[in-house]
Amino acid sequence: MGAYLRPSRLNEALAALARPHLVLAGGTDIYPGWVGRPIDGDVLDIGAIVGLGGIDRVAGGWRIGAAVTWSQLLAAVLPAGFDALKQAAREVGGRQIQNAATLVGNVCNASPAADSLPCLLTLDAEIELSDRAGTRRLPVAEFVRGNRRTALQPGELATALLVPDAAAQSRSRFLKLGARRYLVISIASVAVALDVVEGRVAAARVAVGACSEVPCRLPALEAALRGAPADARLVERASAAHLAALRPIDDVRASGDYRRDAALTLVKRALAEVAA
Amino acid sequence: MSVRFTVNDIGRSWDGDATARLSMVLRDSLGLTGTKVGCDAGDCGACTVLLDGAQVCACLTAVGGLEGRAVVTVEGLAGPAGPSDLQHALVAAGAAQCGICTPGMAMAAQELLAATPRPSRREVEDALGGVLCRCTGYAKIVDAVLAVAEGRPTSMDPTIGAAVGSRFARVDGLAKATGFEKFGADGIPIDALWVRVVRSPHARARFRLGDLEAVRRAHPGIEAILTAADVPFNGFGIYPDIKDQPVLADGEVRYRGEAVLALVGTRAAVERLSDALLPIEWIAEAPVLGLDAAIAATALVQADKPGNLLIAGGVRSGDAAAALAAAPVVVEGRFETSFVEHAYIEPEAGWARRVGERIEIHATTQTPYMDRDEVANVMRLPREAVRIVPTACGGGFGGKLDLSVQPLVAVAAWRLGRPVACVYTRPESMAATTKRHPARLVARAGCDRDGRLVACEMDALFDTGAYASWGPTVANRVPVHATGPYRVAHVRTHGAAYFTNAAPSGAFRGFGVPQAAIAHEAMMDMLADRVGMDRLEFRHRNALRAGDRTATGQLLQHSAGLAACLEALRPEWARAQREAAGFNAGGESRRRGVGIGCMWYGIGNTSMSNPSTMRVGFDAAGRPILFNGAVDIGQGSNTILIQIAADALGLPAAAFGLVAGDTDLTADAGKTSASRQTFVSGRATELAARDLRAQLLRLANAGPAATLSLEEGALCVRDGGAVRRLEAAALASLMGEGTFDPPTTPLDADGQGVPYATYAFAAQMAEIEVDLELGTVRVLRIVAAHDVGRAINPQSVEGQIEGGIAQGLGLALMEEFLPGRTENLHDYLIPTVGDMPEIRIHLIEDREPLGPFGAKGVGEPGLVPTAPAILGAIHHATGVRPTFVPVLPHRLRAAILAQGSGPT
Repeated sequence: MGAYLRPSRLNEALAALARPHLVLAGGTDIYPGWVGRPIDGDVLDIGAIVGLGGIDRVAGGWRIGAAVTWSQLLAAVLPAGFDALKQAAREVGGRQIQNAATLVGNVCNASPAADSLPCLLTLDAEIELSDRAGTRRLPVAEFVRGNRRTALQPGELATALLVPDAAAQSRSRFLKLGARRYLVISIASVAVALDVVEGRVAAARVAVGACSEVPCRLPALEAALRGAPADARLVERASAAHLAALRPIDDVRASGDYRRDAALTLVKRALAEVAA
Repeated sequence: MSVRFTVNDIGRSWDGDATARLSMVLRDSLGLTGTKVGCDAGDCGACTVLLDGAQVCACLTAVGGLEGRAVVTVEGLAGPAGPSDLQHALVAAGAAQCGICTPGMAMAAQELLAATPRPSRREVEDALGGVLCRCTGYAKIVDAVLAVAEGRPTSMDPTIGAAVGSRFARVDGLAKATGFEKFGADGIPIDALWVRVVRSPHARARFRLGDLEAVRRAHPGIEAILTAADVPFNGFGIYPDIKDQPVLADGEVRYRGEAVLALVGTRAAVERLSDALLPIEWIAEAPVLGLDAAIAATALVQADKPGNLLIAGGVRSGDAAAALAAAPVVVEGRFETSFVEHAYIEPEAGWARRVGERIEIHATTQTPYMDRDEVANVMRLPREAVRIVPTACGGGFGGKLDLSVQPLVAVAAWRLGRPVACVYTRPESMAATTKRHPARLVARAGCDRDGRLVACEMDALFDTGAYASWGPTVANRVPVHATGPYRVAHVRTHGAAYFTNAAPSGAFRGFGVPQAAIAHEAMMDMLADRVGMDRLEFRHRNALRAGDRTATGQLLQHSAGLAACLEALRPEWARAQREAAGFNAGGESRRRGVGIGCMWYGIGNTSMSNPSTMRVGFDAAGRPILFNGAVDIGQGSNTILIQIAADALGLPAAAFGLVAGDTDLTADAGKTSASRQTFVSGRATELAARDLRAQLLRLANAGPAATLSLEEGALCVRDGGAVRRLEAAALASLMGEGTFDPPTTPLDADGQGVPYATYAFAAQMAEIEVDLELGTVRVLRIVAAHDVGRAINPQSVEGQIEGGIAQGLGLALMEEFLPGRTENLHDYLIPTVGDMPEIRIHLIEDREPLGPFGAKGVGEPGLVPTAPAILGAIHHATGVRPTFVPVLPHRLRAAILAQGSGPT
């Protein structure tokens, strides 16, 4: 049995991180790794830290604290760019998970199938990393480095997600594909965000989850969408070639070929919904 | 560090490990065992509690974070006036079967109702979506929550003589809905030692053990490390002549997850002692995996089983080969199924203590009497020295027929002289215990131009895993059922089971018949299509009816209601076809289809004696008591046996008390398997109650028309004008007893004989929608018609059918156990509340004269026709005939693409 800390102040937490701790927020990704045995090691519980618990309007955008749960996100009044993230919030686990699990935790867990990641990528979100020396920001796209790997440095704590105003205003949609209705890990997931000006796509951001080691944007598709009329024919611009960068694998949930095929279908459907 | 919080409004504090799971603190420290643990990973929701009003999994909640917060558990739902409206509604709706998920469901519903007093069905589903139920198919749970919202009334007690046929509420319902029911892990003595089983990481390996005593000494709290050498007779198995599975492996393991050592000590000590610290030298060998490798037999799973063959057998009547050669229409197909996990939400659990020269075992089980005999055999004790006290069973479905924790805790408790408990983790339960047999089925069938079946053939190969378990059933039950419930003159069916290095395939709701049904129902669809007949009418034309002979030569004299089931479906079938055609005319990326599946199912053991003995008497206060050795694993036998006893005796069902399962206090009522408890134990109960009634009437010198009533510690017998009062003291010495063993005969070399005394029949139709672009299947509606002989309790019967449909849906669409890869409930998927269709049920009551009040059984029949109906509907929608289950989205999409176009 290691040490357990639950500080109320961020600087106490950052001081503690001078040596490695297992960082605990909602616990939903930690406890499943300890089935049948007690947690071994030092634990830093960030659930009581003042300042990590809210979704706040900040200069240039929105700040989602590290203790914010999916349910809190769902309950918050937020602009249209967050619709995709809210749709993901309804489909992560069941209510029990949504009430406990945090968005920042979902990012830090860095699962290829993390439902937050496609949404945050299309929101151009950054993650705020704090240590005793200060804070830095990294785009989420750069923070998540691989399956269960991130750019978090020793001594650092992920303290918030930051979403720029520009992206927060987009039309957005998230679609998740699983083999059952609730409590399901995505076979594939897609988030799209569309800025429409005078009936045309001014900017498009499309990301796919569970089809590569890290969920990723599809820049070629985004370029192909730019300037197109935002109407029912928009989906015709999406083609399999735009998904060439995906590297879907075969696993217990689906084959890689299927994932690639399904991702294109999901992309088209999500585009159709936001273009309508 | 001390944490202060409230649980059910009572202040609590915690000074121990702050990372302890709230579920553990509630259960082990506060004694609030209403919060159940099904997975410890947030996958099942059984441990759902409210934290500041929000539902969370207690297994994912660190107690250290609870300072100042309020926890509500199921024990906190009741108020001063007793159980809450929600709890009463769960009981009244029949929402609790085994009851292990009921507390979690109640808490999830409580969160919803507090915020949304009048929720929609969709809102109820969203709220309950995080709690898995394996018994009910969710329908009655959703109904219960909606009933609270609508203020619907609860059920009524039936009057004397009318218990049979009534929707009498489960006798154990309130205990389940309030969390007070004690399951395998709920009653463990506080001073018990724990067993943690060390299991093989290899599918096939030899191993040598080093100095275990040194390990024991180096780890305070470890009292013993048991090996094969500590087990007096190290073999067990279902069949009296096949005790091939060791309690602890002896130098050789045959599947991943096989038990190798038992660490015995304090719970903390056994959980902390990592496998990596144990001196086990493994020499891994190439495993025999899958049927092809097993049949090739380049290596043997069990050295004394040549060809890796466990057993083979079949049924032969007429000349199938010649008849098929001559038949104008012949179809054939090949189908494969996967390992399927029972996924009961309660993992195996129990504890034992030594009482003098006896051993007493409290465990979750489907079969206390077989457990008693098996444990006696393993411990080389006389069976009188073993007492089995079944706890409530949180789901079985066949998986708790085999021994699990029982011999381990018995051997340890015997040796150490202290209570010893063992609770499997979810991954352990999934890796180590039995599975549904994967099957490879090759079927041929032929009919004449009028659609009359002339011949059927089936060759069914089964992967039986590393040990025999219930494998032999696939060589007798499957061939008997492999024609489907149809009249056919020329039959050749054959089943064989092969050993592989996988978890033992055992009993799972249907013993191979659900797999075979996938093949024979596809044959029926294909024949109907070929002769241009409607698929339902084709089945109706060929349905077995009373007066027909089966392929084993058995004359069906009574109660063969398949035709009536099909007739009940006819209007729904026509409606569904119209609706699907209308939808499909839209020509979008989604297509609808309708399918049908039929089944028959022999009730009880195949050509083997399987008697039940039941007793009915009175307690010291004059209350009638059913002494019931049949374990209720959630299906409701405790309740329906009391209904039967009540009407046969002539007293109100609500007056009855129950003594259940304990092998010291009841008589042997056999296993809760093979859909036999209603038919066999029900008949024994009826006989016992009639015996007691006869004794009472003799004592009162009354005639057969006398009426009985309970009045203040006495029983009054009224016959015409005469009233005779029998005092409680006089009643206590009376005991009625009844035994019933269904009349069967052995099958000869050609499978001819009377394997079962009676058969259940059913037909189900499925309405589905396929997303052609994604390959996903949504089941919209199942209409089920079941001939149950007589529904002793229609609500329970519906519950069995609804739950069977859920498992059949899982079998068809999502369940695939892969050893080492899907040993948890997020990689192994079972249906959630959101996956279930609307279910409509038609009960056909074609009375079985041998059964109690005409009843047969329904436990397994609910599942058997579901997958065939869904698969037929997929074909109807897409033109793809699925040949491998589960039909995961990627498989269906690939088949749709391979087909190249839409439906044919």
